[in-house]
Amino acid sequence: MSYIPNTDLERKQMLDVVGIKHLDDLFTVVPQNLKVECLDLPEPMSELEVSKTLRAMAAKNKVYASIFRGAGAYQHYIPSIVKSVTSKETFVSAYTPYQAEISQGVLQSIFEYQTMISELTGMDASNASVYDGPSAAAEAMNMTRERNRNKVLVSAAAHPMAIESIATYFFGNEMEMELIPLKDGVTDMDALASMLNNNIAGVYLQHPNYFGLLEDAQKAGELAHSVGAKYVMSVNPIATSLMKTPREYGADVAVGDGQPLGMPLSFGGPYVGFMACTNAMLRKLPGRIVGETVDAEGSRAFVLTLQAREQHIRREKASSNICSNHALMAMVASVYMSAMGPHGMAEAAQLCYSKAHYAASKISKIPGFELQHKGDFFHEFVTKVPCDPRKVLDLLDKKDILGGLPVENGILWAVTEMNSKDQIDTLVNVLKEVSRSCN
Amino acid sequence: MNVPQNLHYTKSHEWILFLDDTTARIGITDFAQHELGDLVFVNLPQVGDKVEIDQVFADVESVKAVSDIYGPVTGEISAVNEELSDSPQLLNTQPYDAWFIEVKNISDKMKFLNAAEYQQFCEEDEGH
Amino acid sequence: MQLIFERSREGRRCAILPKSDVPVVALPADQLRSQAPKLPMVSEIDLSRHYTELEKHVHGVNDGFYPLGSCTMKYNPQINNEMASLPGFANIHPLQDESTMQGAMEMLYTAKEYLCEITGMDDMTFQPAAGAHGEFTGILMMKAYHHHRGDKHRTKIMIPDAAHGTNPATAAMAGYTVVTIPSDENGFVNLDKLREAVGPDTAGLMLTNPNTIGIFDPHICEITDIIHEAGGLCYYDGANLNAVMGVVRPGDMGFDVIHLNLHKSFSTPHGGGGPGSGPVGCKSILAPYLPKYNVVKDEDGTFRFDHAPHTIGMMRGFYGNSLVNVRALSYLLTLGNVGPRRVAENAVLNANYMKNRLAEKFDIAFPGICMHEFVITMSRVKKETGVSALDMAKGMLDYGIHPPTMYFPIMVDEALMVEPTETESKETMDEAVQIYLDLYEKAYSDPQVLKTAPHNTPIRRPDEVGAARNPKVRYLF
Repeated sequence: MSYIPNTDLERKQMLDVVGIKHLDDLFTVVPQNLKVECLDLPEPMSELEVSKTLRAMAAKNKVYASIFRGAGAYQHYIPSIVKSVTSKETFVSAYTPYQAEISQGVLQSIFEYQTMISELTGMDASNASVYDGPSAAAEAMNMTRERNRNKVLVSAAAHPMAIESIATYFFGNEMEMELIPLKDGVTDMDALASMLNNNIAGVYLQHPNYFGLLEDAQKAGELAHSVGAKYVMSVNPIATSLMKTPREYGADVAVGDGQPLGMPLSFGGPYVGFMACTNAMLRKLPGRIVGETVDAEGSRAFVLTLQAREQHIRREKASSNICSNHALMAMVASVYMSAMGPHGMAEAAQLCYSKAHYAASKISKIPGFELQHKGDFFHEFVTKVPCDPRKVLDLLDKKDILGGLPVENGILWAVTEMNSKDQIDTLVNVLKEVSRSCN
Repeated sequence: MNVPQNLHYTKSHEWILFLDDTTARIGITDFAQHELGDLVFVNLPQVGDKVEIDQVFADVESVKAVSDIYGPVTGEISAVNEELSDSPQLLNTQPYDAWFIEVKNISDKMKFLNAAEYQQFCEEDEGH
Repeated sequence: MQLIFERSREGRRCAILPKSDVPVVALPADQLRSQAPKLPMVSEIDLSRHYTELEKHVHGVNDGFYPLGSCTMKYNPQINNEMASLPGFANIHPLQDESTMQGAMEMLYTAKEYLCEITGMDDMTFQPAAGAHGEFTGILMMKAYHHHRGDKHRTKIMIPDAAHGTNPATAAMAGYTVVTIPSDENGFVNLDKLREAVGPDTAGLMLTNPNTIGIFDPHICEITDIIHEAGGLCYYDGANLNAVMGVVRPGDMGFDVIHLNLHKSFSTPHGGGGPGSGPVGCKSILAPYLPKYNVVKDEDGTFRFDHAPHTIGMMRGFYGNSLVNVRALSYLLTLGNVGPRRVAENAVLNANYMKNRLAEKFDIAFPGICMHEFVITMSRVKKETGVSALDMAKGMLDYGIHPPTMYFPIMVDEALMVEPTETESKETMDEAVQIYLDLYEKAYSDPQVLKTAPHNTPIRRPDEVGAARNPKVRYLF
């Protein structure tokens, strides 16, 4: 019954110790007119009924066999060990590791995660994770703020939800944001150059960008630094295992969404946001950070450190109110990165790139489905559509294929290592049918 | 508790050393560092910033707390002790050498305590 | 324990992915990183043993009593996890057509119905990923409300001195100035001081009831009236809902917007620090400002996403920590209409039972009937023996029990805050009480043991000063 072990007998014994007669007497302090008579809710369910009810709800959702949609949530292969390790009850039910002496397992796991994210992005330091990519973007832009620099420039090719999150956070901290326009789907560097001045705190660039395209990340960094602004890059963690790192592009802060690192699509969450930075920015990083130290006998030990940045100490002087991290998801990411290793991650990235280019070359030859942009891309690309995208997607849906995402000027397709050649060929054949029926 | 005779003091435990009539160095006292415990980080202002009486111009962090440091004078910050950024422990070991800022063009000062008055103030503070 | 990098050996790997079945297309050379990341090179057996070893150095709710005040470490039911891993929830892409996600949307809508009924709210968003995230969402909604009415001069938020650190941090993050309201000697908001502080520049108040000391303030309606009369709104921090759910509703106490911590009162797991979920409920006056992607139900029973007309935007990507919300719904279905009250009654009874038994030796900061948690003060013991709250907590580690929350709330000197929750049995609490009483005796008979505790744990007290002065936040190869 609601997981309460005590019986009426035990309750009676405890009431006697407390010196009251009824459970109601515990709430005499609550004004009578406020007390709830009863809640207008269904009766409690047994475990069997809960299972039936939720299974019925889950059955109303379509799980596609073949997925070609990304736009911030990607289907990747999740090694079995990731699930088995991260579903251990101890890891799942543990609290935040404030008592270091009995929490070395959690603390070490986070320290390992921080190391892996630093290695992946090339940066000096990482925090223990935040909620997701878009909120990490917002926190990162907040980090760039300085006394006379209150405005940031954000590429219009960043994920729309990241742009929205930055805007919403800025409604709070009253910083300003302006979007950098695009040229053929990538950030217009000339426009960026003309928008920069000494009041700009930071420049935000997503690479690969929302449309899958590779950006001139080197130029953006140089331009930002030329006026003393900070350079914030958002990257895809699978791509970065093969591609030039934010560090190599001169980024001051690197963020992104770690969902591709072992997390299922999950109807949008929980995912994990990673934030890494240079040593110079370390004390501006929000959120929890684990550090290495020694104990009273000189043995290596891990602790939550630099806590004086955080809300529980700084209160209204904290730069962010963030209290928790997505610890278990950070562990998922760590187990994934360990199971894959540097070779496995590079393979995943290479498969994504090869398969996306295979798919793009086949699809773009179909009349009406030409590529929308000229630039190179990682694992997503936009094609034109010969007719109403709905028609295309409905036909694909009938074949149990989740097609790309309809965007303003076409369809945004994503291809990962999970898409076999057969799946891609089937997709191409369906699109050929669509193309014929549209003409 | 160490209370050098040649310095001025405030009730918020800052010490002031006048270099001349309108220039001074400011730090925190031995009593303060003892109360604060092991200090791990100092957030310093920048050269050129203004400091004002009773306004926070810096803060110090211990593992579990942050403490504000208040301006005892009004003026312009002409130097900042960068050594404190790398070695905040100097505040614990040598509080009267580990100055925070140098201020020039001092236009206003609080009413200071001298060494004896400050010592007495601390003793009363402890007792309460 | 070895770090995973120390277990790593050149050439070791798992064989996860197949060779390419399409032509390999090489990335242009100028796009490639110069060095591969130094990620672990391990076999699966190394990974398995590594995490098994780490697991032995973690304390889960399944390991033993976890009475952390303000955290509500209740048992995390297994059925919740099973439901969250159903492919029909776990494998749904958030951007699928709404017609193919009706079950997921029904999940959110049903959870909304249950939680609005329990809290007395009219609408709710599940976007926030945590309590602090929910606080930020709710305060931004308040700000949007005031700005929309042209009330841009309302720049102050009232927060009691006893509040959790996220409250003032949230207010500051939202661009507000914090006005701290002192508590009176009973731990309640000082009504006179509150009346003095409010005015035409008051945007609102952030409060939790019961408060962070574990006491229910019966003057709550007077407090919310004072704020409303000044034109402000009232925000309820739902962290302490476990004490009063089914007994009283924040909506009836005069609160306009609330957040809930699903990982507290609603049994979703803590995960070592996250992911949680911090849904925000509101009265209809604030509904126009809810973040995007609110689930609504049409007359024909279809669910769809709606954007509030003056939405504050988005707090993060997509719709929230959906799989955490599934767990909460699973729990809510188990509670039904009578469960919330049973939870509150048992949580409060358990806390009062432990408090009464510990009062035999320990000083209780606010004696009298408490709610779901109570605060011990070690102030006198520290004066008499030198043993502090920290030392006492570290001493508990040698007995294999998890200490309570230390040094919170800040207005109690040498505080230890204990919250047993309703999922603990009488005998578990009796064992814990005995350990606390034994430790009390030890503070007087052998204080040095406690001051140097713990002695029997995998590590002794860590050097936190060194960690903060010389931060080493990653392994250096």
